[in-house]
Amino acid sequence: MKPISSLAFASAIALAASLGAAQAQGDLTVALQLEPPHLDPTSAAAGAIDSVVYSNIFEGLTRFMGDGSIVPGLAESWEISEDGLSYTFRLREGVTFHDGTAMDAEDVKFSLDRARAEDSVNAQKALFEAISEVEVVDPLTVKLTLSEANGLLLFNLAWGDAVIVAPESIADIKTNPVGTGAFKFVDWVQGDRIEIARNPDYWGTPAVLDTATFKFISDPTAAFAAVMAEDVDVFSAFPAPENLPQFEADPRFQVLVGSTEGETILATNNKQPPFDDIRVRQALAHAIDRQSIIDGAMFGLGIPIGTHFAPHHPAYVDLTGKSGYDPDKARALLAEAGLADGFETTLHLPPPSYARRGGEIVAAQLAEVGIKAEIINVEWAQWLESVFRGKNFGLTIVSHTEPMDIGIYARPDYYFQYDNKAFQDVMAELNRTTDEARRTELLQQAQTIIADDYVNGYLFELAFPTVAKVGVQGLWLNAPTQATDLTAVSWAQ
Amino acid sequence: MTRNLLLGALLSMLVLLMALVSFVWTPYDHVAMNIPAKLQPPDAEHWLGTDHFGRDMFSMIMVGARTSIAVALVAVGIGMLLGVPLGLAAAARKGSWLDEVIMRGNDLVFAFPSLVIAILITAVLGAGAVNAIIAIGIFNIPVFARITRGAALSLWERDFILAARVAGKSGARISFEHILPNVMNLLIVQGTIQFSLGILAEAGLSYVGLGAQPPTPSWGRMLADAQTMVSIAPHLALVPGVAIVLTVLGLNLMGDGLRDYLDPRLRVSRA
Repeated sequence: MKPISSLAFASAIALAASLGAAQAQGDLTVALQLEPPHLDPTSAAAGAIDSVVYSNIFEGLTRFMGDGSIVPGLAESWEISEDGLSYTFRLREGVTFHDGTAMDAEDVKFSLDRARAEDSVNAQKALFEAISEVEVVDPLTVKLTLSEANGLLLFNLAWGDAVIVAPESIADIKTNPVGTGAFKFVDWVQGDRIEIARNPDYWGTPAVLDTATFKFISDPTAAFAAVMAEDVDVFSAFPAPENLPQFEADPRFQVLVGSTEGETILATNNKQPPFDDIRVRQALAHAIDRQSIIDGAMFGLGIPIGTHFAPHHPAYVDLTGKSGYDPDKARALLAEAGLADGFETTLHLPPPSYARRGGEIVAAQLAEVGIKAEIINVEWAQWLESVFRGKNFGLTIVSHTEPMDIGIYARPDYYFQYDNKAFQDVMAELNRTTDEARRTELLQQAQTIIADDYVNGYLFELAFPTVAKVGVQGLWLNAPTQATDLTAVSWAQ
Repeated sequence: MTRNLLLGALLSMLVLLMALVSFVWTPYDHVAMNIPAKLQPPDAEHWLGTDHFGRDMFSMIMVGARTSIAVALVAVGIGMLLGVPLGLAAAARKGSWLDEVIMRGNDLVFAFPSLVIAILITAVLGAGAVNAIIAIGIFNIPVFARITRGAALSLWERDFILAARVAGKSGARISFEHILPNVMNLLIVQGTIQFSLGILAEAGLSYVGLGAQPPTPSWGRMLADAQTMVSIAPHLALVPGVAIVLTVLGLNLMGDGLRDYLDPRLRVSRA
């Protein structure tokens, strides 16, 4: 009698446990550091928006995969004309928005016209510059006519800024986003969390998770505590690299360290004396020891870069040799520029630890060669206001996380104010070129020009550390774009 | 002299000595980074270990003491220089509009929690040691004004003041020649207490990033930097934490001891 009852007891426990597990298996809590200001990816630069909605709620004609490749999204296939000036997209059948309305060619036209309109507030209008006309051929066919060939069009259309939205739901998109994705928006408790749930009518492979919650934890100490206490299942882009070895050693967690598109640079105001002198900028480059910044600020996470380009990209050229650590050379260059006694400047540091800690190291290294950089810690809003828009800075440290963004060097009014006709010509040709080999050649030329001009101090490619509970699978290892794609995420059985 | 006063004075002197010595000597350059040697626990080479940039913690604590003392001292100085005359004036013109304006102004500043005002001020003026001094100084003013007025009011009732008034001395002269010397004891005691609060306030402001900016070492910022590393290198948080605790404890013990020692009434009861 006794063995049976204990057996029954044990199986009751097993049953309860499996019930509890089943309940937990359908739900996932993902922590992110930054809360989005609103939920419309097509009208703001904030990457925090894409971190929540990209691929989960909104989709574009094409999309990024975790490995950085571009695959069909809402467009099933496309045809490119011989001259590269017209793209005909065939849309998937039976795609509906979360409010039940159908997604058709009219929605695509609406979305793209809205993004490229004169009064559009899209943060990446340059993505759509080449498009001259969007035509509805039939409900499932859209034709894009370009004013000039653009080798990056399919890549551009994969960005979060190019997702397809519906005219019916556009009014409330900032608080109630309605997309076509595998998850529906459920609720947003401002300052705390955003909840999404599986879209049962999804056109493609349905999501495995029933529901998912994004929690926003900005403080690194709180982030550590939340993961340790298992309040969250996943922390995407964990903010304190010094804590990763502890998670690695803990059998409850897995640590994934991938790469991002984030070139972390010591951005230099090229119009502000003495930085308008290339010798001064070269001196800056030689005064900086990248490896000690990576070790000191990021605890070893990060790959040194010598130009504004992601090292995992096939067209990357390693130009770190052009700006090797050589303080004597830096001093000599300063003397040559008439600044033998050094000079004073400002170093504006936004909140992330790569900037705050990296900045302290950079300031110490610059002091070694006689450059006195006054550290000014700023919040993001202040940074955007005074540095990015106001251009009122000498130096700043920031990570440019947009993919393939070397084109910003062709914009003379961009905050670091680099103006070089030769570079602009290369970028213009690149935009027109569709031939892969020639594109690679041009990209390498572009990388070399900015490295030779020492436009900015190139520090390192930001790593993408994710801490997750053991059993969570299907997360992106790398961050080819800002996204937390949960469509393929599940708990191991 | 009590044991508390002795212990308090000893601790305070130790911190002061450390700060003074740091002008001429520290074991290492307090800003020199040595990243391969980061997060080392205390040993013979680095007495208090190294921080996350491989800087010598003992050197940073020494120079940090300088920052703390300088900020707190100047802030308390501002509070005394402005607060004491205001208190004297208010007492001399007791019940007049001047008294009202000064004391209601005091109430206004008192109504806000001191650290919140300090954060407001540094947020408006910008972060930095000088603005931290101004911020801490401002909330020290009403403390000294009120304590001076309170003590002065009872003195104004005394016979020797009456004698001075009969002799034709002005209110201002009486305040400075007769009242001030008699409230000095009180001010020294309060000054010591405010000094310790000033050190805490400076640490608090630096902790939230509004005090002295890097590379100037500051105990509060050392604590803030140590936050995410407590579990891997506890000495990073312990060292500045203990430094703050010992300093504030020392100053408070000294303040208490001084009060016992200087207050005539307590002296009588002890005798």
